Amino acid sequence: MITEIGHFALILAALVGVAQMVMPLVGAHRGWRGWMAMADPAATVQFLLVAASFAALTYAFVVSDFSLKLVVANSHSDKPMLYKVTGVWGNHEGSMLLWLLILVLFGACASWFGGNLPDSLRARVLGVQAAVSVAFYAFILFTSNPFERLDFPPFDGRDLNPLLQDPGLAFHPPFLYLGYVGLSMSFSFAIAALLEGRVDAAWGRWVRPWTLAAWLFLTVGIALGSWWAYYELGWGGFWFWDPVENASFMPWLLAAALLHSAIVVEKRESLKAWTILLAILAFGFSLLGTFIVRSGVLTSVHAFANDPERGMFILMILAVFTGGGLLLFALRASAMEAKGVFGSVSRETALVANNVLLAVSSFVVFVGTIWPLVIELASTNARWTFGSTQFANPFYTVGLFDRPEQVSVGPPFFDAAFTPFFVALSLILPIGAVLAWKRGSLAKAVKPMVPVAILAIALGALAFAMQTGRSALGPIGVVLGAWVVGGAMMDLWLRTGRGDIRGRLGRLRRLPRADWGKATAHAGMGITVFAVAALLAWEDEDIRVANVGDRWDVGVHEIELAGVRDVRGPNFIGQGADIIVYRNGREVGHIFPEKRFYPVAQMPTTEAGIRNGVVRDVYVTLGDPQEGGGWAVRTYIKPFANWIWGGSILMAIGGVISLTDRRLRVAVGAAKPKPKTPAVPAE
Amino acid sequence: MKRVALALCLWVAPVWAVQPDEVLDDPLLEERARALSDGLRCPVCRNESIDESNAGISRDLRILLRERLVAGDTDAEALQFLVDRYGDYILLNPKVEGANILLWLAAPLMLILAGGVAFVTVRGRSSAPAPEQLSEAEQRKLDDILKS
Repeated sequence: MITEIGHFALILAALVGVAQMVMPLVGAHRGWRGWMAMADPAATVQFLLVAASFAALTYAFVVSDFSLKLVVANSHSDKPMLYKVTGVWGNHEGSMLLWLLILVLFGACASWFGGNLPDSLRARVLGVQAAVSVAFYAFILFTSNPFERLDFPPFDGRDLNPLLQDPGLAFHPPFLYLGYVGLSMSFSFAIAALLEGRVDAAWGRWVRPWTLAAWLFLTVGIALGSWWAYYELGWGGFWFWDPVENASFMPWLLAAALLHSAIVVEKRESLKAWTILLAILAFGFSLLGTFIVRSGVLTSVHAFANDPERGMFILMILAVFTGGGLLLFALRASAMEAKGVFGSVSRETALVANNVLLAVSSFVVFVGTIWPLVIELASTNARWTFGSTQFANPFYTVGLFDRPEQVSVGPPFFDAAFTPFFVALSLILPIGAVLAWKRGSLAKAVKPMVPVAILAIALGALAFAMQTGRSALGPIGVVLGAWVVGGAMMDLWLRTGRGDIRGRLGRLRRLPRADWGKATAHAGMGITVFAVAALLAWEDEDIRVANVGDRWDVGVHEIELAGVRDVRGPNFIGQGADIIVYRNGREVGHIFPEKRFYPVAQMPTTEAGIRNGVVRDVYVTLGDPQEGGGWAVRTYIKPFANWIWGGSILMAIGGVISLTDRRLRVAVGAAKPKPKTPAVPAE
Repeated sequence: MKRVALALCLWVAPVWAVQPDEVLDDPLLEERARALSDGLRCPVCRNESIDESNAGISRDLRILLRERLVAGDTDAEALQFLVDRYGDYILLNPKVEGANILLWLAAPLMLILAGGVAFVTVRGRSSAPAPEQLSEAEQRKLDDILKS
């Protein structure tokens, strides 16, 4: 019964969505206030209905209602309650419903907090937002209905993939979706602005908090996923350039670019057309990410839906919204007349450079991700067929291919092609961040950064002298990290102006939150850059067969296998080892790695044992018992591992601090409504 | 086929990434083997190198690679030996030849293009007439306001 109510609520929500798509857009075009005004209640009603539908599905998982196909396929009565709940989005259908829930939540937020937007702009934003949601209602109801029943319910379910039964991963999708879908707001604002034919500083100020929120959720989501991979997959990798990871990384890069270019729109009324284009592309990449994950065209460990029909559907959604957005952009962009003038040395130019680097790096990830697909499509057939016409494959004609080919594009390519962009970005960041708006002086910006540069190079030299081996990676990471972090601190200090130390310290406290947010986020990026380089450069590894009682050295530590015992959990069985870690002959702690087997899912997993430290993690995994006695044991020393996620979280915190800045709060909330522009456009 | 591949990957008895019995005695040779196997794709997995993969075939490939190195192959020869048998597909770092040249050129080309557009934009913005200039009428009005 509750399931049917949920199903019905979803269908109702879809109908409300259709109304909200059509009426406000027509109303805004014709200047009919009543039609425009229906957008607000409709957005709220859509949200309530989808929330009810989602609640119904969650209920079915909580009570293990095995008459539901989805629950049977992804749950089990023995599963811990946390994973019963998170299992709702641990599968294709449920995760799409979560996607939709977040989409309509954002729409409702735009209505609740958008009181200060001009009526016609708000109506158009909500109308475009509803158009996106209608596409996803259709997708869910026609191809991925989570409310499908079974005629003969089984006694128990087939359990959730055990790799997904983990707190880190349980909350990874919701954050990621908050980010992906949050970019739909930037998209809606961009399309609405194109329809209005006007982009001004106020628009920049309205669109920025939404982009910032989306970006910071994406940051948290990506960091959670990477952290999960680090401790769960059993070899301590944190980033694999997997298609699905790239799918979240591309919108992250573009959102970061958008964030910065929207500042230029707000402060200087320049780069308007570019900002609009970025907003369309960023959401386009979100949809593309959804397509990659959901269609399974680019196979990876993540894809749980290998269904061509679903893939086609999302591809069509992608084509309609990105293609339509770009078409509208081509028609209307020339109307976005830039006002602000800036010199070739200025903050604006620095932000243009930031945008070029971020956008091109995102493009590189894109090309690398789809390249295997491109090669396969281009090389498989000697003749191409379109309907009834056939013609020779042009690539065969020019001799590029003579047989079907398959290539892989993996981490070595991405490391080589992507890294230079982040090195360049780190190098220009501290200087660009302190350049004056409009017309800056390079000498003035560089001068205060000289001590920072000297400090960074000194630290790098120190790291080079202390490390064993001649690798340049670690020291370069130290230099870049110190340069960016020091630059961020210097940026804050420069903001306090001149005068004695006491006065400047006092002003430091009273600086706008946006300044603090900027410095925090930049410092976070510096820390992450440093930590990635440090981990890759200074990692230690040991693989061996160990008998109980054996003791061996790894780096500065000694490791002892003290015992192996059987373990038993609610839905798994396995073995756990007791590992003692010594440093300078003194015991510093125990580690308990496990090897688990989930009988229902028929799947083994490795639970690494990790001793977290500030400067390094000791990371141990337990392997199989060996024929001649003893156990396979892998030990890693992972220097500065936690700093990777620490830096990412710092970036997100910087975003939160910026969001609480009064200027943006005024923009989001309705504290000080701007003087109303005439609500009726003269069309 | 994909399902079979996935099943192979996940449902085999828990074999494990590099096993202790695979490790070569010569640390230099072993280091070379690890570096090479990092760039080789497990043929039945989803985006995993043979170095990290648990699949049986990855173990076979790791052992084969080490045999070639012990037999005295250079890195390039050992890689070619495997590519001859499993195709370019197993190279995680695509070769710079044929259509892949375009892939490798994508980053520099796009950077030049975007950099060029940015350069023209910045030049245009810095030489554009400043719109902040008030018209005569506006200036007079402003003067009036300021005077009063």
